[in-house]
Amino acid sequence: MSERVAVRKTYKLFIGGKFPRSESGRSYLVQSANVSLASRKDARDAVVAARAAVKGWSGATAYNRGQILYRVAEMLEGRREQFVALGVPGGEVDAAVDRWVWYAGWADKLPQVYGGANPVAGPYFNLSAPEPTGVVAVVAPESPALLGLVGVIAPAIVTGNTVVVAASPSAPLAAVTLAEVLATSDLPGGVVNLLTGRITETAPTLAAHLDVNAIDLAGVTDRELATELEAGAAENLKRVLRPVPADHDWAGDPGLGRMTALLETKTVWHPKGV
Amino acid sequence: MTATTTSARSDLSELGRSETALRTFLHGLPGVDQVGAEQRAAQLGTRSIKTTAKAQAIDLAIRMVDLTTLEGADTPGKVRALAAKALRPDPADPTCPHVGAVCVYPAMVPHVAEVLRGSAVHLASVATAFPSGQAPLDVKLADTRAAVAAGADEIDMVINRGAFLAGRYAEVYDEIVATKEACGDAHLKVILETGELATYDNVRRASWLGMLAGGDFIKTSTGKVPVAATLPVTLVMLEAVRDFRAATGRQVGVKPAGGIKNTKDAIKYLVMVNETVGGDWLSPDWFRFGASSLLNDLLMQRTKLTTGIYSGPDYFTLD
Amino acid sequence: MMFEYAPAPESRAIVDIRSSYGLFIDGRFVDGENLDKTVNPATEEVLAEVTWAGAQDVDRAVRAARKAYDKVWGPMPGRDRAKYLYRIARLIQERSRELAVLESLDNGKPIRESRDVDLPLVAAHFFYYAGWADKLPYAGFGADPRPLGVAAQVIPWNFPLLMLAWKVAPALAAGNTVVLKPAETTPLTALLFAEICQQADLPAGVVNIVTGAGDTGRALVEHPGVDKVAFTGSTEVGKAIARSVAGTGKKVTLELGGKAANIVYDDAPVDQAVEGIVNGIFFNQGHVCCAGSRLLVQENVAEQVLDALKRRMALLRVGDPLDKNTDVGAINSAAQLARIRELSDAGAAEGAQRWSPPCELPERGFWFAPTIFTGVTQAHRVAREEIFGPVLSVLTFRTPAEAVEKANNTPYGLSAGIWTDKGSRILWTADRLRAGVVWANTFNKFDPTSPFGGYKESGYGREGGRHGLEGYLNV
Repeated sequence: MSERVAVRKTYKLFIGGKFPRSESGRSYLVQSANVSLASRKDARDAVVAARAAVKGWSGATAYNRGQILYRVAEMLEGRREQFVALGVPGGEVDAAVDRWVWYAGWADKLPQVYGGANPVAGPYFNLSAPEPTGVVAVVAPESPALLGLVGVIAPAIVTGNTVVVAASPSAPLAAVTLAEVLATSDLPGGVVNLLTGRITETAPTLAAHLDVNAIDLAGVTDRELATELEAGAAENLKRVLRPVPADHDWAGDPGLGRMTALLETKTVWHPKGV
Repeated sequence: MTATTTSARSDLSELGRSETALRTFLHGLPGVDQVGAEQRAAQLGTRSIKTTAKAQAIDLAIRMVDLTTLEGADTPGKVRALAAKALRPDPADPTCPHVGAVCVYPAMVPHVAEVLRGSAVHLASVATAFPSGQAPLDVKLADTRAAVAAGADEIDMVINRGAFLAGRYAEVYDEIVATKEACGDAHLKVILETGELATYDNVRRASWLGMLAGGDFIKTSTGKVPVAATLPVTLVMLEAVRDFRAATGRQVGVKPAGGIKNTKDAIKYLVMVNETVGGDWLSPDWFRFGASSLLNDLLMQRTKLTTGIYSGPDYFTLD
Repeated sequence: MMFEYAPAPESRAIVDIRSSYGLFIDGRFVDGENLDKTVNPATEEVLAEVTWAGAQDVDRAVRAARKAYDKVWGPMPGRDRAKYLYRIARLIQERSRELAVLESLDNGKPIRESRDVDLPLVAAHFFYYAGWADKLPYAGFGADPRPLGVAAQVIPWNFPLLMLAWKVAPALAAGNTVVLKPAETTPLTALLFAEICQQADLPAGVVNIVTGAGDTGRALVEHPGVDKVAFTGSTEVGKAIARSVAGTGKKVTLELGGKAANIVYDDAPVDQAVEGIVNGIFFNQGHVCCAGSRLLVQENVAEQVLDALKRRMALLRVGDPLDKNTDVGAINSAAQLARIRELSDAGAAEGAQRWSPPCELPERGFWFAPTIFTGVTQAHRVAREEIFGPVLSVLTFRTPAEAVEKANNTPYGLSAGIWTDKGSRILWTADRLRAGVVWANTFNKFDPTSPFGGYKESGYGREGGRHGLEGYLNV
């Protein structure tokens, strides 16, 4: 009896809830697979999709966002073996699932912890509340391929931002597979957009893009590139999260920093009177 | 805001015919934000009025005083003395102007009229079962007619606050109309008793109601409830007379009464008039202070300005 | 009749201005080489000569700050830092009249504002952050948040002492030391503040003040010895700073320009709204980053609101900043006046209708009459560019959605105003405005407990409140 011929997967980009190939028609061979090689135009399209998703996602209730992030955890748990088959250690998958669960719970708590009433010296109601900054460009860490990716996507989107993520160029398969998890987790299209390919090609486009509100340089290891991207981000005063040291422990307590760095605090005043 | 459009001009006279129309109109007036109104009043209170401006303000304030006594213990002798003081507040200084009016209970009107006869000082009488207004309408109207007949040329009436707060605007309106009619040629000042109206929105509505019904003046208070005139209340009333004139072409006066004790306070009111409705109202014909002890402080400050020496209460008569 | 207010000048005898000032480095005033004059913008009279610090001066100041951080201020217990800050707050209260007069002299703002707004807020800001110094573990940034080190702080000329307070108070409370550069046209209150630091026996080097212009600021911001850059000023300079610190790891907070929309709905409390519009754009001559410089008024009440606004504007008293009855003072500098004129002329040339109340301006000094432009569209320069002067652009809208769309249609996002008597409409609108501070039925209110700062190109980070500590801690 002949062995069954396997059906191989095509690893494509994830933009606006769909899985298109690069508009450039290019791919590159990595992890024994051909993966889309995203172009500057793909980056631009991803920003358009991310921007289009901002209104709905930031306008969703915190409870709803929390539910969807928890749904991501459920779906990821169910696909555990698929990630293991791609070479992601089982413990890392477990940690990634737990990370989604942890962030899911923050959706309706962070505004309470990070905002609040301010006791101004006058007859005013005064409330500070965090809001998402908008579209966030993210350069994902090279490794750990899955936990690192979750560790930058989840804190950005839990508060209502949408993201364009440049995946690890050397280990993109876990990233594309995570995109497949996201695509089946009730997450609205465009909230997470994933680009595979060269950081040097996509990141400068994203850093300079005037319709991007923040950039997370977590995975940028080249100091010169990091400086160039940060300087590019100054063009419209993007919020910048600087590169994470290579020895960073992505399994450790993430703290609030990655969430709060991508928030705007809005303070509303109103007189109290009759 | 629609209340101030010129297109509304012709309609306003019809409002009193219908409770619904009155309610719709009064509740359609723009709201007053308490904090904002009080801040504006406080800010105007920081104006620094010195030297020549202060002298001008003091003389104007004296001319605007409705020199008032409204006590059960008032006697003919006391009110005559008050009227004499109204004519010549500072006997030592002939340049000192006379006050705007003397304000007394109806029973005292004949005694004051004797003293004021032939002078430019007006004679105001509270009427309509002052201060509570708790009497049948015919009694209130009789009260008014009696005061006018005895020589009062200005009548200070109180509105029916109970009816106003209960939303029976037509009832309040009709009473004012009837009182105005009973006044004949006498000017009618409508006392809103703002200390009982609870909100500036109500002050604005009551102001409009008083004006729509024909009041010649709107006045803050009787002086007989704990909260009398305040700067923010007067600000809201000034805005109302300003907007009413813009809407109807008719100018209505304003009289804060009660609690205005000294020159500094009086000047704050004048600044407020100046910067809210402007020079058209800076006259005793259009702005009055209902006060008693204020006059002596104005006189003391006036003396200080002319002589450079601080005066004392012993140098001015108490009544 | 006319009621004219006689002049009521605040005495300037309370202030003793020296003929020249050095730099305040390491606890004492040191003479520098380059002197320049600072003038009273209301009269063009020279007030004093002030040193313009060069790169070497800046280096000395940064070293002094570093030494103070390492040896004194860093190791000092929070409760003792607190007491120094409380001391400073009290000294400011005690010398508030002197500081207010000096601020009005050097800046041109009315004494009514420096006395009733700036100085009370300055003292309150120090008082507020003093209390944080020994409570940092409770601020929500972890159990042991650490200071950053030396903070380079560059502030503008519109609220010289208040902006100093916004910078210095949280920095010191968090345990940093500072080198502060005041604006070149308004250095004097910062130098008087240096004297207050001496009077408070603040350890040498904790606060250093280097005066000068853009070059001095650049040398300070780019100095490799600083760990933190805090800047308030124009978006253009903010971007240059963001570029220059790229790759350095310096923590940055920027509080930049704005073009705030002040939205007036048809059910607004109109008299208070008009006050709010006036306060929004004519407060401090419109030299306010969060000024309500775009009035968006619902079209069905536009005429009434404009009439009321014009009537109110005619009452504004423009003139001598030291007169207690002045509402609008002098434009801070000839350069700023030129900028306001240029943009106003552009507004007129682009077809907007210009209106100012009859207003006699003094002959000497820098003056600009309160001005509104009507018939403005979103495309006009006066609707897009920050004028930073007493110039209001009036636009109309039909629906709430249109108001929000127009309000947000700008690269800026610092502040906004909403006027309506309907609570749910306030919250609906506030939710949608992309601005860091939203004043509903009020405008231009400030408080040390209330975070302030912008979205988008209005900068990042917040000043004031618990949030204001974040920019000075390693979190």
